[in-house]
Amino acid sequence: MNSKQGDTAPERAAIAVCGLQKSFGEIQAVDRIDFAVERGEILGLLGPNGAGKTTTIQLLLGLTTPTAGRIDILGMDLSKNRRRILQRVNFSSTYTHLPSNLTVWENLNVFGKLYGIKKPRKTIEALLDFFEIRHTLGIRTGELSTGQMTRVNLAKALLNDPEIIFLDEPTASLDPEIALRVRDMLRRVQKERGMTIIYTSHNMFEIEIMCSRILFLSRGRIVLEGPPEDIKRHAMAGSLEEVFITIARNGKLQDMESGPAK
Amino acid sequence: MWIRISGLLLRNLYLYRRSLTRAMEIIFWPVMNLMVWGFLTHYLRAMALPIAIDYLLGAMILWDLLYRSQQSITLSLTEEFWVKNIMNIFIAPIRTPELVVAMGLMGLIKAVLTMTFLMVLAVTFYSFNLFDLGPALVPFFGNLILFGWGLGMFTMSLVLRYGHAAEALIWGVPFLIQPISAVFYPVEVLPTWLKLIAFMLPSTYVFEGMRSVLNTGLVDPFMLAVSFGMNLVYLAAGGAFFAWTLRLVRRKGYLSRTHID
Repeated sequence: MNSKQGDTAPERAAIAVCGLQKSFGEIQAVDRIDFAVERGEILGLLGPNGAGKTTTIQLLLGLTTPTAGRIDILGMDLSKNRRRILQRVNFSSTYTHLPSNLTVWENLNVFGKLYGIKKPRKTIEALLDFFEIRHTLGIRTGELSTGQMTRVNLAKALLNDPEIIFLDEPTASLDPEIALRVRDMLRRVQKERGMTIIYTSHNMFEIEIMCSRILFLSRGRIVLEGPPEDIKRHAMAGSLEEVFITIARNGKLQDMESGPAK
Repeated sequence: MWIRISGLLLRNLYLYRRSLTRAMEIIFWPVMNLMVWGFLTHYLRAMALPIAIDYLLGAMILWDLLYRSQQSITLSLTEEFWVKNIMNIFIAPIRTPELVVAMGLMGLIKAVLTMTFLMVLAVTFYSFNLFDLGPALVPFFGNLILFGWGLGMFTMSLVLRYGHAAEALIWGVPFLIQPISAVFYPVEVLPTWLKLIAFMLPSTYVFEGMRSVLNTGLVDPFMLAVSFGMNLVYLAAGGAFFAWTLRLVRRKGYLSRTHID
Protein backbone atom coordinates (compact mmCIF):
# COMPACT_ATOMS: atom_id res chain seq x y z
CA MET A 1 0.00 0.00 0.00
CA ASN A 2 1.32 3.46 -0.91
CA SER A 3 -0.57 5.61 1.50
CA LYS A 4 0.43 9.15 2.22
CA GLN A 5 1.36 9.90 5.78
CA GLY A 6 -1.40 11.50 7.77
CA ASP A 7 -4.14 10.25 5.45
CA THR A 8 -4.12 6.71 6.70
CA ALA A 9 -5.11 4.72 9.73
CA PRO A 10 -3.84 1.23 10.52
CA GLU A 11 -5.54 -1.36 8.29
CA ARG A 12 -7.00 -3.35 11.17
CA ALA A 13 -10.57 -2.95 10.01
CA ALA A 14 -11.69 -3.12 6.40
CA ILE A 15 -14.13 -0.29 7.12
CA ALA A 16 -14.28 2.05 10.10
CA VAL A 17 -17.10 4.56 10.30
CA CYS A 18 -17.20 7.22 12.97
CA GLY A 19 -19.99 9.74 13.62
CA LEU A 20 -21.28 9.42 10.05
CA GLN A 21 -24.09 11.79 9.28
CA LYS A 22 -25.88 12.74 6.09
CA SER A 23 -28.75 15.13 5.89
CA PHE A 24 -30.70 16.25 2.84
CA GLY A 25 -32.23 19.51 3.99
CA GLU A 26 -34.40 18.66 6.99
CA ILE A 27 -34.17 14.93 6.42
CA GLN A 28 -31.57 12.99 8.40
CA ALA A 29 -30.85 10.08 6.07
CA VAL A 30 -27.96 8.84 8.22
CA ASP A 31 -27.82 10.02 11.80
CA ARG A 32 -24.40 9.82 13.51
CA ILE A 33 -23.67 6.15 13.11
CA ASP A 34 -20.51 4.31 14.15
CA PHE A 35 -19.50 0.85 13.06
CA ALA A 36 -16.54 -1.19 11.92
CA VAL A 37 -16.28 -4.13 9.55
CA GLU A 38 -13.50 -6.65 10.03
CA ARG A 39 -11.52 -8.02 7.10
CA GLY A 40 -13.12 -11.09 5.61
CA GLU A 41 -16.44 -10.41 7.29
CA ILE A 42 -19.81 -10.53 5.50
CA LEU A 43 -21.91 -7.75 6.98
CA GLY A 44 -25.61 -7.51 6.26
CA LEU A 45 -27.12 -4.06 6.10
CA LEU A 46 -30.81 -4.31 6.85
CA GLY A 47 -33.66 -1.95 7.30
CA PRO A 48 -36.98 -0.91 5.86
CA ASN A 49 -37.17 1.42 2.86
CA GLY A 50 -35.87 4.85 3.85
CA ALA A 51 -33.85 3.44 6.78
CA GLY A 52 -30.62 4.87 5.40
CA LYS A 53 -28.87 1.75 4.12
CA THR A 54 -28.71 2.95 0.51
CA THR A 55 -27.34 6.32 1.60
CA THR A 56 -24.81 4.53 3.81
CA ILE A 57 -23.56 2.48 0.86
CA GLN A 58 -23.38 5.58 -1.32
CA LEU A 59 -21.36 7.31 1.40
CA LEU A 60 -19.01 4.32 1.66
CA LEU A 61 -18.50 4.35 -2.12
CA GLY A 62 -17.79 8.07 -2.16
CA LEU A 63 -20.78 8.74 -4.42
CA THR A 64 -22.22 11.03 -1.79
CA THR A 65 -20.22 13.21 0.58
CA PRO A 66 -21.14 13.07 4.28
CA THR A 67 -22.49 16.04 6.21
CA ALA A 68 -20.27 15.02 9.13
CA GLY A 69 -18.17 12.12 10.31
CA ARG A 70 -15.28 10.08 9.02
CA ILE A 71 -14.99 6.97 6.88
CA ASP A 72 -11.78 4.94 6.79
CA ILE A 73 -11.59 2.17 4.24
CA LEU A 74 -8.61 -0.19 4.15
CA GLY A 75 -6.87 2.16 6.55
CA MET A 76 -7.32 5.24 4.38
CA ASP A 77 -9.47 8.30 4.90
CA LEU A 78 -12.09 8.12 2.12
CA SER A 79 -12.35 11.90 1.81
CA LYS A 80 -8.65 12.14 0.89
CA ASN A 81 -8.02 8.84 -0.89
CA ARG A 82 -11.21 8.19 -2.82
CA ARG A 83 -9.60 7.05 -6.05
CA ARG A 84 -7.04 4.79 -4.37
CA ILE A 85 -9.77 3.18 -2.32
CA LEU A 86 -12.04 2.69 -5.35
CA GLN A 87 -9.20 0.82 -7.03
CA ARG A 88 -9.45 -1.80 -4.24
CA VAL A 89 -13.23 -2.06 -3.82
CA ASN A 90 -16.15 -2.74 -6.15
CA PHE A 91 -19.92 -2.78 -6.28
CA SER A 92 -22.73 -4.73 -7.85
CA SER A 93 -26.42 -4.04 -7.77
CA THR A 94 -29.54 -5.39 -9.34
CA TYR A 95 -30.48 -1.80 -10.07
CA THR A 96 -27.45 -0.73 -12.06
CA HIS A 97 -27.17 -2.01 -15.60
CA LEU A 98 -24.24 -2.62 -17.83
CA PRO A 99 -24.93 -1.07 -21.25
CA SER A 100 -27.35 -3.47 -22.91
CA ASN A 101 -26.19 -2.88 -26.47
CA LEU A 102 -22.62 -3.95 -25.72
CA THR A 103 -21.62 -7.61 -25.55
CA VAL A 104 -20.50 -9.21 -22.30
CA TRP A 105 -16.89 -9.15 -23.51
CA GLU A 106 -17.11 -5.48 -24.53
CA ASN A 107 -18.61 -4.44 -21.21
CA LEU A 108 -16.09 -6.34 -19.14
CA ASN A 109 -13.21 -5.21 -21.35
CA VAL A 110 -14.25 -1.57 -20.84
CA PHE A 111 -14.52 -1.96 -17.06
CA GLY A 112 -11.27 -3.92 -16.93
CA LYS A 113 -9.56 -0.92 -18.48
CA LEU A 114 -11.36 1.52 -16.17
CA TYR A 115 -9.82 -0.45 -13.29
CA GLY A 116 -6.40 -0.15 -14.93
CA ILE A 117 -6.07 -3.75 -16.15
CA LYS A 118 -3.97 -3.62 -19.31
CA LYS A 119 -4.94 -7.00 -20.77
CA PRO A 120 -8.12 -8.10 -19.02
CA ARG A 121 -8.98 -11.09 -21.27
CA LYS A 122 -7.56 -13.78 -18.95
CA THR A 123 -9.23 -12.28 -15.88
CA ILE A 124 -12.54 -11.96 -17.73
CA GLU A 125 -12.46 -15.52 -19.01
CA ALA A 126 -11.56 -16.90 -15.58
CA LEU A 127 -14.45 -15.00 -13.98
CA LEU A 128 -16.94 -16.09 -16.62
CA ASP A 129 -15.78 -19.68 -16.15
CA PHE A 130 -16.26 -19.34 -12.42
CA PHE A 131 -19.80 -18.04 -12.87
CA GLU A 132 -20.47 -20.66 -15.57
CA ILE A 133 -21.37 -18.11 -18.25
CA ARG A 134 -18.34 -18.28 -20.56
CA HIS A 135 -20.71 -18.96 -23.47
CA THR A 136 -22.23 -15.47 -23.09
CA LEU A 137 -18.98 -13.70 -24.01
CA GLY A 138 -20.20 -12.60 -27.44
CA ILE A 139 -23.82 -11.97 -26.51
CA ARG A 140 -25.23 -8.49 -25.96
CA THR A 141 -25.99 -8.00 -22.28
CA GLY A 142 -29.51 -6.87 -23.17
CA GLU A 143 -30.21 -10.34 -24.52
CA LEU A 144 -29.14 -12.18 -21.35
CA SER A 145 -31.53 -13.76 -18.87
CA THR A 146 -31.81 -12.07 -15.45
CA GLY A 147 -29.71 -14.81 -13.89
CA GLN A 148 -26.95 -14.42 -16.48
CA MET A 149 -27.09 -10.64 -16.16
CA THR A 150 -26.67 -10.87 -12.38
CA ARG A 151 -23.62 -13.05 -12.83
CA VAL A 152 -22.12 -10.71 -15.43
CA ASN A 153 -22.63 -7.85 -12.96
CA LEU A 154 -20.84 -9.89 -10.31
CA ALA A 155 -18.01 -10.67 -12.74
CA LYS A 156 -17.67 -6.94 -13.35
CA ALA A 157 -17.54 -6.38 -9.59
CA LEU A 158 -14.70 -8.90 -9.22
CA LEU A 159 -12.59 -7.68 -12.15
CA ASN A 160 -10.17 -5.70 -10.00
CA ASP A 161 -9.86 -8.47 -7.39
CA PRO A 162 -11.45 -6.18 -4.77
CA GLU A 163 -10.73 -6.47 -1.08
CA ILE A 164 -14.19 -5.14 -0.29
CA ILE A 165 -17.30 -5.66 -2.35
CA PHE A 166 -20.66 -3.94 -1.92
CA LEU A 167 -23.60 -6.06 -3.04
CA ASP A 168 -26.94 -4.32 -3.26
CA GLU A 169 -29.72 -6.92 -3.40
CA PRO A 170 -27.67 -9.21 -5.65
CA THR A 171 -30.33 -11.89 -5.92
CA ALA A 172 -33.43 -9.71 -6.21
CA SER A 173 -35.63 -10.84 -9.10
CA LEU A 174 -33.86 -14.20 -9.45
CA ASP A 175 -35.75 -17.48 -9.22
CA PRO A 176 -34.94 -19.55 -6.10
CA GLU A 177 -32.69 -21.99 -7.95
CA ILE A 178 -30.55 -19.31 -9.60
CA ALA A 179 -30.49 -17.31 -6.35
CA LEU A 180 -29.16 -20.38 -4.55
CA ARG A 181 -26.43 -20.84 -7.17
CA VAL A 182 -25.45 -17.19 -6.99
CA ARG A 183 -25.23 -17.34 -3.19
CA ASP A 184 -23.06 -20.46 -3.40
CA MET A 185 -20.78 -18.76 -5.90
CA LEU A 186 -20.52 -15.69 -3.71
CA ARG A 187 -19.66 -17.76 -0.64
CA ARG A 188 -17.02 -19.65 -2.61
CA VAL A 189 -15.40 -16.56 -4.03
CA GLN A 190 -15.49 -14.86 -0.64
CA LYS A 191 -13.71 -17.84 0.97
CA GLU A 192 -11.12 -18.11 -1.79
CA ARG A 193 -10.25 -14.42 -1.79
CA GLY A 194 -10.93 -13.54 1.83
CA MET A 195 -13.03 -10.60 0.69
CA THR A 196 -15.06 -8.36 2.92
CA ILE A 197 -18.67 -8.14 1.75
CA ILE A 198 -21.30 -5.56 2.58
CA TYR A 199 -24.60 -7.11 1.68
CA THR A 200 -28.08 -5.65 1.43
CA SER A 201 -31.18 -7.68 0.78
CA HIS A 202 -34.84 -7.80 1.68
CA ASN A 203 -34.64 -11.57 1.74
CA MET A 204 -34.16 -12.36 5.44
CA PHE A 205 -33.41 -16.02 4.81
CA GLU A 206 -30.60 -14.98 2.51
CA ILE A 207 -29.21 -12.53 5.04
CA GLU A 208 -29.31 -15.18 7.71
CA ILE A 209 -27.31 -17.73 5.73
CA MET A 210 -24.90 -15.27 4.11
CA CYS A 211 -23.97 -12.81 6.82
CA SER A 212 -21.82 -13.29 9.87
CA ARG A 213 -23.13 -10.06 11.35
CA ILE A 214 -26.04 -7.71 10.76
CA LEU A 215 -26.61 -3.99 11.20
CA PHE A 216 -30.29 -3.08 11.46
CA LEU A 217 -30.91 0.50 10.43
CA SER A 218 -34.02 2.49 11.08
CA ARG A 219 -34.57 6.20 10.51
CA GLY A 220 -30.88 6.68 9.86
CA ARG A 221 -29.70 5.02 13.06
CA ILE A 222 -28.31 1.62 13.96
CA VAL A 223 -30.97 0.04 16.16
CA LEU A 224 -29.63 -3.48 16.36
CA GLU A 225 -26.28 -5.11 15.68
CA GLY A 226 -24.84 -8.62 15.94
CA PRO A 227 -24.79 -12.11 14.45
CA PRO A 228 -28.20 -13.25 13.11
CA GLU A 229 -28.66 -15.89 15.83
CA ASP A 230 -27.88 -13.40 18.63
CA ILE A 231 -30.31 -10.89 17.15
CA LYS A 232 -33.12 -13.43 17.02
CA ARG A 233 -32.37 -14.56 20.58
CA HIS A 234 -32.20 -11.01 21.85
CA ALA A 235 -35.49 -10.18 20.14
CA MET A 236 -37.07 -13.43 21.24
CA ALA A 237 -38.13 -13.90 17.64
CA GLY A 238 -38.39 -17.05 15.59
CA SER A 239 -37.01 -15.42 12.46
CA LEU A 240 -35.20 -12.34 11.23
CA GLU A 241 -38.34 -11.49 9.31
CA GLU A 242 -40.22 -10.96 12.59
CA VAL A 243 -37.45 -8.69 13.82
CA PHE A 244 -37.52 -6.79 10.53
CA ILE A 245 -41.29 -6.29 10.62
CA THR A 246 -41.22 -5.01 14.20
CA ILE A 247 -38.46 -2.55 13.45
CA ALA A 248 -40.18 -1.45 10.24
CA ARG A 249 -43.41 -0.81 12.18
CA ASN A 250 -42.02 0.75 15.33
CA GLY A 251 -38.61 2.02 14.34
CA LYS A 252 -37.10 0.03 17.23
CA LEU A 253 -37.19 -3.33 18.92
CA GLN A 254 -38.90 -2.30 22.15
CA ASP A 255 -42.31 -3.80 21.34
CA MET A 256 -40.85 -7.11 20.28
CA GLU A 257 -39.24 -7.69 23.65
CA SER A 258 -42.75 -8.01 25.08
CA GLY A 259 -43.88 -10.32 22.32
CA PRO A 260 -43.30 -11.18 18.69
CA ALA A 261 -44.48 -8.94 15.89
CA LYS A 262 -47.88 -9.67 14.42
CA MET B 1 -4.11 7.21 -16.90
CA TRP B 2 -4.23 6.29 -20.61
CA ILE B 3 -5.63 2.81 -19.88
CA ARG B 4 -8.66 4.36 -18.22
CA ILE B 5 -9.04 6.94 -21.00
CA SER B 6 -8.82 4.15 -23.58
CA GLY B 7 -11.51 2.28 -21.61
CA LEU B 8 -13.86 5.24 -21.79
CA LEU B 9 -13.13 5.70 -25.51
CA LEU B 10 -13.69 2.00 -26.16
CA ARG B 11 -17.04 2.18 -24.40
CA ASN B 12 -18.19 4.83 -26.90
CA LEU B 13 -16.61 3.21 -29.94
CA TYR B 14 -18.31 -0.10 -29.12
CA LEU B 15 -21.59 1.77 -28.78
CA TYR B 16 -21.33 3.33 -32.24
CA ARG B 17 -20.23 0.04 -33.76
CA ARG B 18 -23.14 -1.79 -32.18
CA SER B 19 -25.89 0.78 -32.64
CA LEU B 20 -26.88 1.85 -36.13
CA THR B 21 -29.17 4.57 -34.78
CA ARG B 22 -26.30 6.10 -32.77
CA ALA B 23 -23.98 5.89 -35.76
CA MET B 24 -26.61 7.67 -37.86
CA GLU B 25 -26.21 10.66 -35.58
CA ILE B 26 -22.71 11.17 -37.01
CA ILE B 27 -23.92 11.00 -40.61
CA PHE B 28 -27.69 11.42 -41.00
CA TRP B 29 -28.40 14.88 -39.56
CA PRO B 30 -25.26 16.53 -40.95
CA VAL B 31 -26.07 15.17 -44.41
CA MET B 32 -29.67 16.39 -44.20
CA ASN B 33 -28.36 19.79 -43.22
CA LEU B 34 -25.85 19.80 -46.05
CA MET B 35 -28.56 18.93 -48.55
CA VAL B 36 -30.73 21.87 -47.46
CA TRP B 37 -27.88 24.37 -47.58
CA GLY B 38 -26.40 22.75 -50.70
CA PHE B 39 -29.58 23.07 -52.74
CA LEU B 40 -30.14 26.59 -51.46
CA THR B 41 -26.62 27.44 -52.59
CA HIS B 42 -27.34 25.94 -56.01
CA TYR B 43 -30.49 28.00 -56.30
CA LEU B 44 -28.79 31.24 -55.26
CA ARG B 45 -25.89 30.59 -57.60
CA ALA B 46 -28.38 30.18 -60.47
CA MET B 47 -29.85 33.59 -59.60
CA ALA B 48 -26.32 35.03 -60.00
CA LEU B 49 -26.63 37.14 -56.86
CA PRO B 50 -23.67 39.48 -56.29
CA ILE B 51 -22.70 37.80 -53.00
CA ALA B 52 -20.36 34.99 -52.06
CA ILE B 53 -22.87 32.18 -51.82
CA ASP B 54 -20.21 29.70 -50.74
CA TYR B 55 -20.35 31.32 -47.30
CA LEU B 56 -23.40 29.27 -46.60
CA LEU B 57 -21.92 25.83 -47.22
CA GLY B 58 -18.64 26.69 -45.47
CA ALA B 59 -20.56 28.08 -42.49
CA MET B 60 -22.80 25.03 -42.34
CA ILE B 61 -19.88 22.58 -42.32
CA LEU B 62 -17.89 24.56 -39.74
CA TRP B 63 -20.98 25.02 -37.58
CA ASP B 64 -21.55 21.30 -37.60
CA LEU B 65 -18.00 20.83 -36.37
CA LEU B 66 -18.68 22.99 -33.31
CA TYR B 67 -22.07 21.37 -32.76
CA ARG B 68 -20.71 17.82 -33.04
CA SER B 69 -17.86 18.59 -30.63
CA GLN B 70 -20.26 19.99 -28.01
CA GLN B 71 -22.78 17.21 -28.52
CA SER B 72 -20.48 14.27 -28.17
CA ILE B 73 -18.80 15.49 -25.01
CA THR B 74 -22.23 15.84 -23.38
CA LEU B 75 -23.86 12.77 -24.89
CA SER B 76 -21.06 10.48 -23.68
CA LEU B 77 -22.14 11.06 -20.09
CA THR B 78 -25.86 11.36 -20.83
CA GLU B 79 -25.73 7.92 -22.43
CA GLU B 80 -24.64 6.50 -19.06
CA PHE B 81 -27.73 8.06 -17.44
CA TRP B 82 -29.94 6.57 -20.15
CA VAL B 83 -28.63 3.04 -19.65
CA LYS B 84 -28.39 3.32 -15.82
CA ASN B 85 -24.64 2.80 -15.91
CA ILE B 86 -23.73 6.11 -14.30
CA MET B 87 -23.02 4.58 -10.87
CA ASN B 88 -20.70 1.97 -12.34
CA ILE B 89 -18.74 4.75 -14.03
CA PHE B 90 -18.47 6.93 -10.94
CA ILE B 91 -17.42 4.13 -8.61
CA ALA B 92 -14.59 3.21 -10.96
CA PRO B 93 -11.28 4.84 -10.01
CA ILE B 94 -11.44 7.46 -12.76
CA ARG B 95 -10.02 10.96 -12.29
CA THR B 96 -12.19 13.86 -13.44
CA PRO B 97 -9.55 15.02 -15.98
CA GLU B 98 -9.47 11.49 -17.44
CA LEU B 99 -13.23 11.61 -17.90
CA VAL B 100 -13.06 15.02 -19.57
CA VAL B 101 -10.13 14.11 -21.84
CA ALA B 102 -11.85 10.88 -22.96
CA MET B 103 -15.06 12.71 -23.78
CA GLY B 104 -13.13 15.47 -25.57
CA LEU B 105 -11.26 12.92 -27.69
CA MET B 106 -14.52 11.18 -28.53
CA GLY B 107 -15.87 14.56 -29.64
CA LEU B 108 -12.81 15.08 -31.80
CA ILE B 109 -13.13 11.67 -33.45
CA LYS B 110 -16.81 12.20 -34.24
CA ALA B 111 -16.26 15.76 -35.48
CA VAL B 112 -13.43 14.69 -37.81
CA LEU B 113 -15.50 11.82 -39.19
CA THR B 114 -18.52 14.03 -39.83
CA MET B 115 -16.50 16.86 -41.29
CA THR B 116 -14.59 14.58 -43.65
CA PHE B 117 -17.81 13.06 -44.88
CA LEU B 118 -19.44 16.46 -45.38
CA MET B 119 -16.40 17.85 -47.19
CA VAL B 120 -16.40 14.97 -49.66
CA LEU B 121 -20.14 15.38 -50.31
CA ALA B 122 -19.80 19.17 -50.66
CA VAL B 123 -17.07 18.82 -53.30
CA THR B 124 -18.89 16.04 -55.15
CA PHE B 125 -22.39 17.46 -55.26
CA TYR B 126 -22.09 21.20 -54.70
CA SER B 127 -18.61 22.03 -56.06
CA PHE B 128 -17.60 23.53 -52.75
CA ASN B 129 -14.17 22.67 -51.38
CA LEU B 130 -13.55 23.62 -47.76
CA PHE B 131 -9.81 23.30 -48.42
CA ASP B 132 -10.19 26.55 -50.40
CA LEU B 133 -9.89 28.17 -46.99
CA GLY B 134 -6.22 27.19 -47.11
CA PRO B 135 -4.01 26.96 -44.00
CA ALA B 136 -6.54 29.05 -42.03
CA LEU B 137 -8.70 25.93 -41.92
CA VAL B 138 -6.43 24.49 -39.21
CA PRO B 139 -6.97 27.27 -36.63
CA PHE B 140 -10.65 27.48 -37.61
CA PHE B 141 -10.99 23.76 -36.97
CA GLY B 142 -9.00 23.87 -33.71
CA ASN B 143 -10.88 26.85 -32.29
CA LEU B 144 -14.30 25.38 -33.04
CA ILE B 145 -13.39 22.02 -31.50
CA LEU B 146 -12.08 23.76 -28.37
CA PHE B 147 -15.17 25.93 -28.06
CA GLY B 148 -17.32 22.81 -28.49
CA TRP B 149 -15.45 21.20 -25.59
CA GLY B 150 -15.91 24.28 -23.41
CA LEU B 151 -19.64 24.45 -24.15
CA GLY B 152 -19.90 20.68 -23.77
CA MET B 153 -18.52 20.84 -20.25
CA PHE B 154 -21.21 23.38 -19.30
CA THR B 155 -24.05 21.31 -20.79
CA MET B 156 -22.61 18.09 -19.34
CA SER B 157 -22.57 19.74 -15.90
CA LEU B 158 -26.22 20.70 -16.31
CA VAL B 159 -27.11 17.09 -17.17
CA LEU B 160 -25.22 15.89 -14.09
CA ARG B 161 -27.02 18.41 -11.92
CA TYR B 162 -30.54 18.17 -13.35
CA GLY B 163 -30.51 14.69 -14.93
CA HIS B 164 -33.07 13.89 -17.60
CA ALA B 165 -34.75 17.26 -17.09
CA ALA B 166 -31.74 19.01 -18.64
CA GLU B 167 -31.54 16.87 -21.73
CA ALA B 168 -33.22 19.46 -23.94
CA LEU B 169 -30.33 21.79 -23.16
CA ILE B 170 -27.86 19.41 -24.82
CA TRP B 171 -29.40 20.29 -28.16
CA GLY B 172 -30.68 23.74 -27.21
CA VAL B 173 -27.55 25.49 -25.95
CA PRO B 174 -25.67 25.48 -29.28
CA PHE B 175 -28.67 27.06 -31.00
CA LEU B 176 -28.65 29.75 -28.35
CA ILE B 177 -25.23 30.86 -29.51
CA GLN B 178 -25.71 30.22 -33.24
CA PRO B 179 -27.46 33.52 -34.09
CA ILE B 180 -24.99 35.51 -32.00
CA SER B 181 -21.93 33.80 -33.50
CA ALA B 182 -22.91 35.25 -36.90
CA VAL B 183 -22.59 31.86 -38.54
CA PHE B 184 -24.49 32.58 -41.76
CA TYR B 185 -24.17 36.38 -41.93
CA PRO B 186 -21.58 39.02 -41.04
CA VAL B 187 -21.47 40.25 -37.46
CA GLU B 188 -22.21 43.82 -38.70
CA VAL B 189 -25.85 42.94 -39.19
CA LEU B 190 -26.31 42.41 -35.45
CA PRO B 191 -27.52 45.27 -33.24
CA THR B 192 -24.73 46.96 -31.28
CA TRP B 193 -25.52 45.35 -27.94
CA LEU B 194 -25.58 41.90 -29.52
CA LYS B 195 -22.31 42.61 -31.32
CA LEU B 196 -20.66 43.06 -27.93
CA ILE B 197 -21.85 39.62 -26.89
CA ALA B 198 -20.87 38.17 -30.28
CA PHE B 199 -17.28 39.25 -29.81
CA MET B 200 -17.19 37.42 -26.49
CA LEU B 201 -17.70 34.14 -28.33
CA PRO B 202 -14.64 32.43 -29.91
CA SER B 203 -16.84 31.07 -32.70
CA THR B 204 -17.67 34.58 -34.02
CA TYR B 205 -14.01 35.16 -34.93
CA VAL B 206 -13.89 31.89 -36.84
CA PHE B 207 -16.98 32.60 -38.95
CA GLU B 208 -15.85 36.18 -39.59
CA GLY B 209 -12.44 34.78 -40.54
CA MET B 210 -14.00 32.28 -42.91
CA ARG B 211 -15.89 35.03 -44.74
CA SER B 212 -12.75 37.13 -44.88
CA VAL B 213 -10.79 34.27 -46.49
CA LEU B 214 -13.52 33.57 -49.03
CA ASN B 215 -13.77 37.29 -49.86
CA THR B 216 -10.17 38.40 -49.87
CA GLY B 217 -8.07 35.28 -49.35
CA LEU B 218 -6.78 36.81 -46.12
CA VAL B 219 -7.44 36.23 -42.46
CA ASP B 220 -6.40 38.35 -39.50
CA PRO B 221 -4.09 36.19 -37.30
CA PHE B 222 -4.84 38.48 -34.36
CA MET B 223 -8.51 37.53 -34.52
CA LEU B 224 -7.64 33.85 -34.48
CA ALA B 225 -5.33 34.43 -31.50
CA VAL B 226 -8.15 36.23 -29.67
CA SER B 227 -10.44 33.30 -30.43
CA PHE B 228 -7.84 30.87 -29.08
CA GLY B 229 -7.29 32.95 -25.94
CA MET B 230 -11.03 33.06 -25.31
CA ASN B 231 -11.22 29.32 -25.79
CA LEU B 232 -8.65 28.83 -23.06
CA VAL B 233 -10.83 30.92 -20.75
CA TYR B 234 -13.99 28.99 -21.71
CA LEU B 235 -12.21 25.66 -21.25
CA ALA B 236 -10.90 26.66 -17.83
CA ALA B 237 -14.33 27.96 -16.82
CA GLY B 238 -16.07 24.84 -18.21
CA GLY B 239 -13.63 22.55 -16.38
CA ALA B 240 -14.04 24.48 -13.12
CA PHE B 241 -17.83 24.44 -13.49
CA PHE B 242 -17.80 20.69 -14.14
CA ALA B 243 -15.58 20.03 -11.10
CA TRP B 244 -17.83 22.26 -8.95
CA THR B 245 -20.96 20.50 -10.24
CA LEU B 246 -19.43 17.12 -9.47
CA ARG B 247 -18.78 18.21 -5.88
CA LEU B 248 -22.34 19.55 -5.67
CA VAL B 249 -24.00 16.38 -6.97
CA ARG B 250 -21.90 14.30 -4.58
CA ARG B 251 -23.06 16.49 -1.71
CA LYS B 252 -26.69 16.22 -2.81
CA GLY B 253 -26.49 12.50 -3.60
CA TYR B 254 -27.61 12.95 -7.21
CA LEU B 255 -25.11 10.53 -8.77
CA SER B 256 -27.24 7.60 -7.77
CA ARG B 257 -30.71 9.07 -8.26
CA THR B 258 -31.30 7.06 -11.41
CA HIS B 259 -30.28 3.94 -9.58
CA ILE B 260 -31.20 3.00 -6.03
CA ASP B 261 -34.58 3.88 -4.52
